[in-house]
Amino acid sequence: MLTKRIIPCLDIKDGRTVKGVNFVNIRDAGDPVELGASYAQQGADELVFLDITATTDNRKTFVELVKDIARHVNIPFTVGGGISSVADVEPLLEAGADKISINSAAVRNPQLIDDLAKAFGSQFVVLAIDARKVANQWTVHTHGGRNPTDKKLFSWAGEGQQRGAGEILFTSMDHDGTKQGFAIDPLSKLNELLDIPVIASGGAGNKEHFLHAFTLGKADAALAASLFHFGELSIPDLKSYLNSAGTPIRI
Amino acid sequence: MISVIKYNAGNIRSVAFALERLNVPFSITDDLEEIRKADKVIFPGVGEANTTMRYLKDKKLDVLIKDLKQPVLGICLGMQLLCSHSEENDTTCIGIFNDRVKRFQPTHNEKVPHMGWNSLTLTQSWIDASVAEKFVYFVHSYYVPVNPHTSAITEYIEPFSAAMQKDNFYAVQFHPEKSAAVGEKIIQSFLTIR
Repeated sequence: MLTKRIIPCLDIKDGRTVKGVNFVNIRDAGDPVELGASYAQQGADELVFLDITATTDNRKTFVELVKDIARHVNIPFTVGGGISSVADVEPLLEAGADKISINSAAVRNPQLIDDLAKAFGSQFVVLAIDARKVANQWTVHTHGGRNPTDKKLFSWAGEGQQRGAGEILFTSMDHDGTKQGFAIDPLSKLNELLDIPVIASGGAGNKEHFLHAFTLGKADAALAASLFHFGELSIPDLKSYLNSAGTPIRI
Repeated sequence: MISVIKYNAGNIRSVAFALERLNVPFSITDDLEEIRKADKVIFPGVGEANTTMRYLKDKKLDVLIKDLKQPVLGICLGMQLLCSHSEENDTTCIGIFNDRVKRFQPTHNEKVPHMGWNSLTLTQSWIDASVAEKFVYFVHSYYVPVNPHTSAITEYIEPFSAAMQKDNFYAVQFHPEKSAAVGEKIIQSFLTIR
């Protein structure tokens, strides 16, 4: 049976993870490669690495880092941050990334989704959407949720699928950082609407939140960052809980 | 020496890194003579069937692969291209296996592509028995139906061939190079074939 995926997300700045981590067996908590390999060891199903500097100089550092991750991590991983053209993607794929995620650049230039899907295949293209509720409408935001756009979550996700995105990574900016649970209603609506997998992001605070994302939200995968990094929830604990609750999970 | 066939496939580097992690010497090459002389050959693959077949034909790799006598492992698209035909843009393939590659028809609850970790049921198999019912990583929209050469079955929408074998040709639909310790075990299974 196809299992639900648990995905830790790491923010990278100048080749280092931004937030420290609280693991016992890690020598260097800032080293994305060691951290990624450790998550893989613990049973993470995929990893996401987001380059949050994304200036031209640092791109080269990031590409080198991606190569290093690919060398040491034996599970699939997605890289994102600052990708705005097919040319940006080539060195990342060449370095060994399995998927790339795009966000603001796709909002600015939706044709980018078509171009990337055509060049590399839909399975490489994750469309990340940050949205929050504005006047009762789920509204797409860019630049880490700061800038509202005229796009609405559901129509934009549908357009993304149409244009060739292989997955949608939906982050509710209203839930992100609150640890009060994922945004269940829009998640379940997205999953009804789309034929491609949806990754839930934003709001994870405990094991039950993941269970709800999968059962009520019908998500295919769930992503979290600080919850895992700070050791508040370990991946083996989470997975054994989900398994005993009847969720198909890889353990 | 292991030869990894060099062509426009998306996962060559991942396969190379997996072999590196296993400390296995290998070369990535499209040199026909070098491939012919290799102890074992790995035929990776991520991409679209038609374009890829055309590329292989241009480089005369299609004929070469068909005539190989040493153990050959096709991965993902590599497995599909070892079949006779693919529904993906109506493509005639290499034809080691007499099977036709079909497209998954999505259902209400089952999306296409089939993406993520799914379990293996081994049939009469070259794959190490310790990985039976363990999980491996899949990304694909096309599949090979279960047939007499199936070595492992996975279920998604319907049961399909997760692995196959005929004579010296071995094939897996999933990505052993991305399937953690279980994947490494399966690569080892291939590498220890005599």
